[in-house]
Amino acid sequence: MTDAKKTRSYKLRIWRQPDAASTGRLVDYEVADVDPDSSFLEMLDHLNETLVKKGEEPVAFESDCREGICGACGVCIDGRPHGPVTHLTTCGLRMREFGDGVTITVEPFRANAFPVVKDLIVDRSSFDRVIERGGYVSVNAGSAPDANALPISTDMAEDAMDSAACIGCGACVASCPNASASLFVGAKIRQMKILPQGDVERTRRALAMVEQMDAEGFGDCSNHGECEAACPKAISIENIATLRREYLRAAFRS
Amino acid sequence: MSTPRFQLWSSVGKKLLTGITGLALMGFIVTHLVGNLNLFVGSEAFNGYTEALHQLGGLLVVAELGLAGLFLLHAVSAILVWRDNSGARSVQNTVVASKGSPSKQTVFSQSMIVTGSVLLVFVVLHVAQFRFGIFGGLDYTTTLDGKEVRDLYRLVVETFKNPAWVVVYVGVMVLLGGHLRHGFWSAFQSVGLLDPMLRPLAYSAGAVFAVAIAVGFLVMPIYLFLFA
Repeated sequence: MTDAKKTRSYKLRIWRQPDAASTGRLVDYEVADVDPDSSFLEMLDHLNETLVKKGEEPVAFESDCREGICGACGVCIDGRPHGPVTHLTTCGLRMREFGDGVTITVEPFRANAFPVVKDLIVDRSSFDRVIERGGYVSVNAGSAPDANALPISTDMAEDAMDSAACIGCGACVASCPNASASLFVGAKIRQMKILPQGDVERTRRALAMVEQMDAEGFGDCSNHGECEAACPKAISIENIATLRREYLRAAFRS
Repeated sequence: MSTPRFQLWSSVGKKLLTGITGLALMGFIVTHLVGNLNLFVGSEAFNGYTEALHQLGGLLVVAELGLAGLFLLHAVSAILVWRDNSGARSVQNTVVASKGSPSKQTVFSQSMIVTGSVLLVFVVLHVAQFRFGIFGGLDYTTTLDGKEVRDLYRLVVETFKNPAWVVVYVGVMVLLGGHLRHGFWSAFQSVGLLDPMLRPLAYSAGAVFAVAIAVGFLVMPIYLFLFA
């Protein structure tokens, strides 16, 4: 190790819960020799290596792509989903954001609709069930169409993409004081409402996805707007306004 | 799966209901404030205004019942939202913090159920006090243009000679301002009217609206206490 890169050490308070049925608790750990340029997940990997060497159970957490596009990772760091930096996933968060020697509390994304599976892993299949009820198009979309073959303007495509950027990580639910899934559901509804392929199921989609969202036990929205700040993809609460408009529209069409 | 239907008491239905009734109630509040400005003009202006309202007869009763319905719907839908929310996260994390801007989470957004509950009790008290005169004063009359009319001005002035009432009304109006700070822009968002262009405008306008309404109402008891 050269002088140029000084490693850091941290005190960690991590939520440990053996399985869904058990009650969990925060357990204190110390981790040393952390490269400030490593990601938060790499720091947890590093901790787990030391735990395994000591014969202890490693901390269970989810991750997949580790480049911010899959939505698998996500923990509450010092009370904020995906940590202190806005518009970033946990895997993109670097340890240089945390001063040397500080205490970091790591807890799962918390909501009754996201039951804890183990430690920091929660079951987000409630999102999948909401998608199953309406987050699809039944026209044959085929392979990627030729450019300009579909009458979709750049503005429309960009607008739809802003909503489609949602990776379904669940930070909106975790950040919401009410554990509401309105931003997630709003983003899915807006994405498909804008594009012509989604038009066939438009009315049914709004009603069905809201019905499933409620059935999963998510809370209602109070327009705190915390979700937009926590969303790694900066999905706007404009999508929640769209959700309300689409639901109201469906009231007169169904 | 059964065919999904629009449900007024679904999560989104309740938001639409809270938003629409909220917008209507804000319209009422502005009307009420403008009408009450007659208090600054004096006895004849204010009693003339209240007498003009009474001349509406049946229309006034319809308006009163409509307003009572609006308050009730607004309160019931908001209380149901609050109830659903308190059941959506049984286990809280030990550390909870806001990520800051662009979050609109403030002490005002968090205290809507508290400020709203106080306002609901206040509305009942306020109507009982001045409309139905439960603390007396219902029999006060005066002569206006040769006609005997109710002297509500006298009741209002006598009420606010008591500093305790001044404190109660001023306190509740401060809470009303807090309720409107989140409620104004939130109502427009709840009915789906805000896009990224309009949202900052509505949010800023909400601050102006909240202060204007709260100050507009709370100077009345203070003015009457000091000068009437």
